Amino acid sequence: MTMDVAAPRRPAAADPEIVIDVEGLTKSFGGRPVVKNLSMQVRRGLIYGFLGPNGSGKTTTIRMLCGLLTPDSGHGTCLGYDILTQSAEIKRHVGYMTQKFSLYTDLSIRENLEFVARVYNLADPRQAARDAIRRLGLENRAEQLAGELSGGWKQRLALGACILPEPQLLLLDEPTAGVDPKARRDFWDEIHALAHEGMTVLVSTHYMDEAERCHEIAYIAYGELLTQGTVAEVVANAHLATYTVTGPGLADLAERLRSLDGVDMVAPFGMALHVSGRDGARLDAATRELREHGPQHWEPGEATLEDVFIDLMSRSKDNFG
Amino acid sequence: MSAGISDVDRRTRGFRASLMRFGAAFIKELIQLRRDRITFAMMIMIPLLQLTLFGYAINTSPRHLPTAVLVQDDSAFARSFVAAMRATDYFDISTAAASEEELDRLILSGKVLFGVQIPAHFGRDLMRGERPALLVVADAADPTATGSAIAALQGLSSQVFSRELTGPAASLAPRPLPYELRVHQRYNPAGETRLNIVPGLMGLILTLTMLIFTALSVTREIERGTMESLLAMPIRPVEIMLGKIAPYLLVGGVQMTIILVAARLLFDIPVIGSLWLLVGLTLLFILANLSIGYTFSTIAQNQLQAMQMSFFFFLPNILLSGFMFPFKGMPGWAQAVGEILPLTHYLRIVRGIMLKGATFTDLQTDVLALAVFTLFAMGVAVARFRQTLD
Repeated sequence: MTMDVAAPRRPAAADPEIVIDVEGLTKSFGGRPVVKNLSMQVRRGLIYGFLGPNGSGKTTTIRMLCGLLTPDSGHGTCLGYDILTQSAEIKRHVGYMTQKFSLYTDLSIRENLEFVARVYNLADPRQAARDAIRRLGLENRAEQLAGELSGGWKQRLALGACILPEPQLLLLDEPTAGVDPKARRDFWDEIHALAHEGMTVLVSTHYMDEAERCHEIAYIAYGELLTQGTVAEVVANAHLATYTVTGPGLADLAERLRSLDGVDMVAPFGMALHVSGRDGARLDAATRELREHGPQHWEPGEATLEDVFIDLMSRSKDNFG
Repeated sequence: MSAGISDVDRRTRGFRASLMRFGAAFIKELIQLRRDRITFAMMIMIPLLQLTLFGYAINTSPRHLPTAVLVQDDSAFARSFVAAMRATDYFDISTAAASEEELDRLILSGKVLFGVQIPAHFGRDLMRGERPALLVVADAADPTATGSAIAALQGLSSQVFSRELTGPAASLAPRPLPYELRVHQRYNPAGETRLNIVPGLMGLILTLTMLIFTALSVTREIERGTMESLLAMPIRPVEIMLGKIAPYLLVGGVQMTIILVAARLLFDIPVIGSLWLLVGLTLLFILANLSIGYTFSTIAQNQLQAMQMSFFFFLPNILLSGFMFPFKGMPGWAQAVGEILPLTHYLRIVRGIMLKGATFTDLQTDVLALAVFTLFAMGVAVARFRQTLD
């Protein structure tokens, strides 16, 4: 999708391979813009990662896609349906997992799933709930109240409820926030299995390692979509020159580097320091003295996704802050 | 787009699909209701407790009111008058005052509601034809408390001395009226309060409980965070509303049964008209209150606001519906306000059927008013229900 940006866009309704196609989405709350002029396209069967800091507009964007919020301006389609006028149709084919657990805590697992199955008019709600319980491995807990489950199980149950009506598109809003690493890994395995079966998944997160698990990512900060593409494309498009520095006195060095012209980002990574600049030549010039005479070991390195995001964020802060 | 979508569209369109989604909301609410044990217990206990408590407690024609007498004349007339007062059952002559000051003090302090002063030489003056005054002081700060007793006193004064005023004194006896006045106290000949209060309490209890149950239903979903999910699902506002109201129609039916049985067994209230008409119209009244509660729920932003709205609506229901004070005694504008309240119409229906044997034809204006009210409230609720989080 990012490769043919320059090519004229085909209308999404004519192209069943494009699941989300929106242009110029804008939304303000109380005069404060939360999402600004956001355009994106998501192809069928992809896991599309939606990254950005807290409060960047991820949730608002997702809510506009499934008809829970009306954009102030902009237009587009979701599964070929108009997001402004056909939200009833969109709801039938989209599974939306909210950031906060929103199943009924005073209903059992089975009752929650049966409720969802009935609302989506599944042919045999009881059987559908039984199948979902078996798939989730919750046979022994089917009669347990949803409110009594641990965080990891709640999240699995919420995902189970979302995919019960076999939607074509899954919208997951920070599904792994506050979930332990093992449960997170299982969750991502499940998402990949679903995408393999043809489901399109848009997942928001602020974990960098999860970005690497997505087919494509978009980075959003201060309501603006700053970059999108595969991880490799995003890193390459940032054109960040980076050095990895190891050795003694890194804290003092970081302090000195920050004040140098041509050094745009200094970030400690474990025992090393990442030093990046948008202009390679200026970075080289600014750090030559330190590289040649300092006690530390300098090595040209690859910018990581996190370097790129931190740089993008500081750049957009410069523009809007 | 693909074959999959048209399958889903076919599955989710039409009346049967809509009925299934309504069923989803209905079953969900029913389970949540059953699981909330305290609320469930309250549904049974509130009508029983309130009915027995208020049914026995409220009496608008109270008897045995504490009375003090100041007898300054020891004649047969004085003794006869006091005995006659006692015989009406309205007066409980508990205190003998020694002076006018003491009589005043007793009334002022609230120890007695009536003070009777029989002045010196009352009997002698009466026999002389001097029309002596007999003073009864009533604490009319609460007119309801003393009203019936004063009426009884006036009825009493025409016959009280008939035994004494015979022979030569017969000319002093009050002459009978040249015509006969016949008063039929229809539907409640003994003027018993419970016949009026118990059917009224049924309306009042149903108003309160039904209103609160549904007033909390939508705000609770918002506060628990389940609303966002619910809105993202393909369920329509009208399906959510009916699914949330229907379980409480059952609860209201149970409450109605409890109250009707208790009214028969504990208070001996007859149902002179058709029981099935009463049941049907009570269910309509329950529906009207559930709809208004649900409407509040869609307007309020949290449960506290919903409760406040319910009580704001509940107070005029008590005071302006004719439950507590006679409807026809209110000024025109207050009657106009009263006509908007469902309880006003229901009181006419329930008293009409239970006490007067009214039929559907007698009650059709009130039935129509309840139906219009219900549809209006539901319309507002569906229009007000926000389908987005904007």
